[in-house]
Amino acid sequence: MMMNHTLKNQCKVSPGTIISGKWHSHNYTIIKELGFGANGVVYLAKHKNTQVALKMSDNGMSITSEVNVLKSFAKVQGPPTLGPSLLDVDDWQSPRGRISFYVMEYIQGPDFLTFIHEKGKTWTSVLFLQLLNDLDILHENGWVFGDLKPENLIVTGPPPKIRCIDVGGTTIQGRAIKEFTEFYDRGYWGLGSRKAESSYDLFAVAMIMINTAYPKRFNKTTGGISQLREAVRQKPELIKFEKVIVKALQGHYTNAKQMRADLFDMMVEKKITNPPLRSTGATNHASIQTQQKNMKGNQPASRQAYRRKKKKSGWMEFLFIAVVLGILYAWYTFNNLP
Amino acid sequence: MYTGKIRQILLITDGCSNQGEDPIAMAALANEQGITVNVIGVIEKDVIDEKGMTEIDGIAMSGGGVSQIVYAEALSQTVQMVTRKAMNQTIQGVVNSQLQQILGRSQTMEDLPPEKRGEVMEVVDELGETVELEVLILVDTSASMKHKLPTVKEALLDLSLSLNARTGDNQFSVYIFPGKKNDVEKLLDWTPRLQTLTSVFSQLSTGGITPTGPAIRTALSAFNQKQSLRSLLSRDDESYFEESM
Repeated sequence: MMMNHTLKNQCKVSPGTIISGKWHSHNYTIIKELGFGANGVVYLAKHKNTQVALKMSDNGMSITSEVNVLKSFAKVQGPPTLGPSLLDVDDWQSPRGRISFYVMEYIQGPDFLTFIHEKGKTWTSVLFLQLLNDLDILHENGWVFGDLKPENLIVTGPPPKIRCIDVGGTTIQGRAIKEFTEFYDRGYWGLGSRKAESSYDLFAVAMIMINTAYPKRFNKTTGGISQLREAVRQKPELIKFEKVIVKALQGHYTNAKQMRADLFDMMVEKKITNPPLRSTGATNHASIQTQQKNMKGNQPASRQAYRRKKKKSGWMEFLFIAVVLGILYAWYTFNNLP
Repeated sequence: MYTGKIRQILLITDGCSNQGEDPIAMAALANEQGITVNVIGVIEKDVIDEKGMTEIDGIAMSGGGVSQIVYAEALSQTVQMVTRKAMNQTIQGVVNSQLQQILGRSQTMEDLPPEKRGEVMEVVDELGETVELEVLILVDTSASMKHKLPTVKEALLDLSLSLNARTGDNQFSVYIFPGKKNDVEKLLDWTPRLQTLTSVFSQLSTGGITPTGPAIRTALSAFNQKQSLRSLLSRDDESYFEESM
């Protein structure tokens, strides 16, 4: 790969190297490499005792393009959940030539699949609800994330919060997707175009859900909805979300809110329609909430709910818990706003 | 609106040419006519020898394009990436020459402060989305390529999927070399959809010769000479390009 050869050679810098900007004269000391992709290398660096992430590429265009996206994100109201916040853009005169770079907030934490693997699958739905919320804001502002995949999702915290990194594929709605990864791309599976639409990202979300049950992914055989639906049906943890996944794969959701609402309903509905399972269902749901609450700051109300749930008595109690949890969740989401 | 066209030759091969003109010279000729030549070297478990590698890089370099060596499995992603990258390079080249007109001799996009660069990039992005694109695909069908052809076909369908997501129009044409009778043979005339590639494609395979040079030369005549890249400047009515070269 010729292009990547040059890229890797030029942008390979060893720890300790000082990157100084030509235009703004800020200095950054490289600590280590965080990762590299088609468009450049990302390093952990230090600037005045603050840790930052620094992305460099010999392809100045892709750097400029990503900076444009991050700048536009910065204008969006609300918590900075869309991408990392942008700190600096500059050129570095390296011994091997000029390299463009930009500096962003360092988002620390394991990637999505690692987090699920470490903390257990009960976290999956919570993180997906968070992700769909963020995507909705992104779409409302005229963007499509594009290259959505577990590697581009970092779970920071506590409290655990999903964040999207790498805006290399982020595209203005209506244009052609800039960058994608086959497994998460609806075009690859023969299930739609590569036009930047909300449904493009939602397809990728459904594929990430499938990915949680197939950590090694799988290849296209027949492609199309039949292969993917079959993959869902083979995994008990996916079957319960089959409706939502299949609907997203077929592009039937026009916005992230709808998918989020369905996913949320599914988690609640399950407990009501399957009485034999309800106590386990309730336990799972409650413990997610409780864990989350505890990380947030030990609300007494949630402790109470937790104890009550342990008694596992009747219907009324269960309904009460469901209502309390509903209120708590709403309160929690509300609290999470700035 | 922007009326210029971007023209590319996409050469898919797995080795060194062994017949006819020097493909590097032919690529330079293409570049002179405003046609970019991109090369993708497809390998499987085998590795392309040093000579083949040098030739692939050489063709892309003198053809003003992009080259990449990939394993057959990664072909789809590469084909669309290379095409896009080359397209952006061409657009950037045009934008840069305009900047030089406005800002003086040695100024290019990289000489602007990062803040200004963003605005220029928006223009490049916009053009990449809307510009008309003509891609002539040249596929090496020598014996060693035989079992890679189904993958090549997949990759081409995928390319048309990617490019047809753009607002701008696309035209594709497919040539193979060596052909049954001639060095080069037309398989598919200019069309906006590559889906029309027949199933015959996967079974194509002929002799051991690889006339890469003659293939590029023939490809050149397939482009309409009148609308070369240079006309892109004078025919355009957008303000960024008002001054002609």
